[in-house]
Amino acid sequence: MEIFGITSQAFFGQLLLGLINGSFYAILSLGLAIIFGLLNIINFAHGAQYMVGAFVAWLGLTYFGINYWVSLFVSPLVVGLAAVVIERTMLRHLYKLDHLYGLLLTFGLALIAEGVFKNLFGVSGESYEVPELLQGGVNLGFMFLPIYRAWIVVAALSVCLVTWYVIERTSLGATLRAATQRPDLVQALGINVPVMVTATYAAGAALAAFAGVLAAPVMQVNPVMGSNLIIVVFAVVVIGGMGSIAGAIITGLGLGVIEGLTKVFYPEASAVVIFVIMVLVLLVKPAGLFGKQA
Amino acid sequence: MKLKQIAQAVSLSLLCAAAAQAQVSDGMVKIGVLTDLSGVYSDVAGPGAVVATKMAIEDFLANEKPSFKVEMVSADHQNKGDIAANKAREWFERDKVDVATELVTTSVGLAVQKIAKEKNKIALISGAASTAITNESCNDVTVHWTYDTYAVANGTAKAVTKGGGKKWFFLTADYAFGHALEKDATDVVKANGGEVLGSVRHPFPGSDFSSFLLKAQSSGAQIIGLANAGGDTINSIKQAAEFGITPKQSLAGLLMFITDVHSLGLKATQTMYLTEGFYWDLNEETRAWSKRFFAQHKRMPTMIQAGQYSSVMHYLKAVKAINSDDTAKVMAQMKKTPVNDFFAKNGTIRDDGRMVHDMYLLQVKKPAESKTPWDYYNVKATIPAAEAFQPLSASRCPLIKK
Amino acid sequence: MTSVVLSTSAAAAQRRTLMVFAALIMVGAIAPFVMYPTFLMKVLCFALFACAFNLLLGFAGLLSFGHAAFFGGSAYITGYLCRDLGVTPELSLLAGAAFGGALGAVFGWVAIRRAGIYFAMITLGLAQLVFFLAMQFKFTGGEDGMQGIPRGKLFGLIDMSDNIAMYYFVFAVFLAGFWLINRTIHSPFGQILKAIRDNEPRATSLGYDVARYKLLAFVISATLAGLAGAMKSLVFQLASLADVHWHTSGQVVLMTLMGGLGTILGPVAGALTIVGLEDLLADKVGSWVTVIMGAMFVLCVMLFRRGVVGEIGALFNKSTAQPGAGQH
Repeated sequence: MEIFGITSQAFFGQLLLGLINGSFYAILSLGLAIIFGLLNIINFAHGAQYMVGAFVAWLGLTYFGINYWVSLFVSPLVVGLAAVVIERTMLRHLYKLDHLYGLLLTFGLALIAEGVFKNLFGVSGESYEVPELLQGGVNLGFMFLPIYRAWIVVAALSVCLVTWYVIERTSLGATLRAATQRPDLVQALGINVPVMVTATYAAGAALAAFAGVLAAPVMQVNPVMGSNLIIVVFAVVVIGGMGSIAGAIITGLGLGVIEGLTKVFYPEASAVVIFVIMVLVLLVKPAGLFGKQA
Repeated sequence: MKLKQIAQAVSLSLLCAAAAQAQVSDGMVKIGVLTDLSGVYSDVAGPGAVVATKMAIEDFLANEKPSFKVEMVSADHQNKGDIAANKAREWFERDKVDVATELVTTSVGLAVQKIAKEKNKIALISGAASTAITNESCNDVTVHWTYDTYAVANGTAKAVTKGGGKKWFFLTADYAFGHALEKDATDVVKANGGEVLGSVRHPFPGSDFSSFLLKAQSSGAQIIGLANAGGDTINSIKQAAEFGITPKQSLAGLLMFITDVHSLGLKATQTMYLTEGFYWDLNEETRAWSKRFFAQHKRMPTMIQAGQYSSVMHYLKAVKAINSDDTAKVMAQMKKTPVNDFFAKNGTIRDDGRMVHDMYLLQVKKPAESKTPWDYYNVKATIPAAEAFQPLSASRCPLIKK
Repeated sequence: MTSVVLSTSAAAAQRRTLMVFAALIMVGAIAPFVMYPTFLMKVLCFALFACAFNLLLGFAGLLSFGHAAFFGGSAYITGYLCRDLGVTPELSLLAGAAFGGALGAVFGWVAIRRAGIYFAMITLGLAQLVFFLAMQFKFTGGEDGMQGIPRGKLFGLIDMSDNIAMYYFVFAVFLAGFWLINRTIHSPFGQILKAIRDNEPRATSLGYDVARYKLLAFVISATLAGLAGAMKSLVFQLASLADVHWHTSGQVVLMTLMGGLGTILGPVAGALTIVGLEDLLADKVGSWVTVIMGAMFVLCVMLFRRGVVGEIGALFNKSTAQPGAGQH
């Protein structure tokens, strides 16, 4: 049977790949959405934090024998701690200013991180093996699905759901949201707002690092892996609505599928289709698909 | 008798005058290395190319003891045509640089080639790949030294097709270079009795190729030709293994370097065919030079870096031979002299600027076969110079009269 | 009494502007004999680009992430006219600038409805589309770039391949652009822009069609950015994808920020610094350029928010320093 000129087998295969990539986009955009949604900071260092997360995993494996499973926790921890330092020493002075300065600062930090890693490791990148448990694949009939890719979907979506739940449905999340909207009131209630803000930024960075560890076995771990993806991630978050966690997740998934379909019918444009969508969405829905204010 | 003496005196003085004219300006030769020091090509060219140039200059000064001084300047063009153009102009107009070398990235190579012609200086291109350098954009002050898309595609495609890989599918980077690689390889495949079942173009640069690889898989082709380079090639290979595409189907990397293999590891690249202009482990001479290079750079040389040494050395020897750095004369001398060093045996520089030399068809070893680090290739065949490069009869260079 | 005070400071501001202009002209006139002309021309092109960007961000308060589309797009158009159609340089420049303006009108019309970060992201998205198109169209030469753009003969008479002649032409064009921006800033139109930047709801309540003013500012900025790109393609005789890449959009932001947002000379100083550093560092630090650029971003944002000119201005004039984009 043929759908739009290609076999249904091929079509479903591409659709599944699109969903896999979509869940990856979702977890990748989650950290950015949290940081912007709650803190109003445009974290351009997100791509660098993703890259450092992948490198920490690789360094851990190569020099310290830290395996993949442990890295899934260690890497976000390390990057999160670094983010705490950044927030305390630099970012917090910029909250009262225009968005622009937070963006520029994080952009500068991203350049520094990228440059340092390029100098230390070169640009060809390092190989990271798929962990043994997840090697091999399953023949689904219409395509061969690597087990690791299925794992990506499971891991990414689980973390997304848990994060969304914590922020939107628990009292911790409610406090967090309140703290960022009316810090003065929340502070008056005795809650340490600055600590919550720092923790939020660190959490966003940790999520980026987590995505980095997920990506390491699939894409070469190299210093420019983040900067190639960063504007796509931004587009995802903007389309989803910059205040919305659910928006980022759903948009990430949707975009993966649309990108996947574009790769089937007009592959050369698959890198630019997301921007076309972004412009169209912003024209129709100014605050993004699920955004809260214009 | 007196007439004879006068004649002798006159001719002697004429000779002296001529010798006095043929001098190296300012008693110094300045070599500029314009390369990508920090971007995507910094591993295949970059700082390693600078090291190779330094080695060439040191060896030249030690072995040839010339009467002139040799200096080197280097700069990072960051793969941007206008930074390269600016630097080249500055070097030629203000800093008395005589020759611009390396020039990886086609837009850089093309731009500097033009500027060199304008300023009557020389361009020695090692890193850039495009055949346009010796076809549409050719001029008489440029030498394209190490390789081009035709040579690498030709070698691999021909060998693989002849060896039984008749059905091909191409995964192509969607820009001029990728298209050129695909076209060159397609022509060769067809000429050798193979067929191209289809191709898919991916945005450049890409990161996830699963979707495109799936298409390649479902095409039923035996050979998937990777008409891309660098990070794209690396990720394509990695993901092809992940999706079980290899080893059932084989991959042919149309432009690959030893640093790519090093980065991926033998497990992922084993049995792949590729064509390079140099391999450090070819013979005693290459091993000796490469070990010296390794001592300074900590990685084995790529063909671009080895070619850089070779081109600079050839240039310096030419300058010494005629004791002049005049562009036209040096070019003539370089073209007259065959290239005979560890990099090339009986290499010659054609009128279109192409330095033709043997290329090598290599196959990546299986992990068990590799005894030492960087021991990656089995040499399957040597492609003689006359066959490896685009023949002059097919040249689109205006300098070549038909 | 207020009006007397106002007119005095306005007159003082005018005098200062004239002095700045005069100083610029003097420095620029002798510069090519002191420094390398091609370097100076590069600085002038980027200075105009940054000034155009500053008009939009520093005075209208609109952050655009897509200015490379005008800069690079016009570079291609001018290059194509000069190389493939044989048009003389001054006409090609005008065409390039006009293209920038037209593209700016399109971008502006789409983006103006939104504000802040959404506005910026729309400009980025549109610029990415331009980048994609630049890669696909044959005439741009794609990754290889548009090579061999002739400098031609100015007005069909003066040969521009001479560096000094080309320099004075570029300098003249720069001065014209700079003067235009200055006039715009100090005109009633400019005042309204500043009012919109400082408090948009109030400007709307005063009856101004805010969207139209923003659009006009955007078009002017895009036209001059296009002019800068067109000039650059003639100076270097090449136009490439790097010119339309978002890194170039980022670069102009850095130049404006470093020099001083919302100041007149800031972007010029910023362009001089960045281009100079790039040039200087290319030879010496090689692969550490990215790190140094990043460190400069960070320093600027943390410590020198007003930029070079802004900080100097703050030292000398306490009361008349222009506010930066500290408030929106």
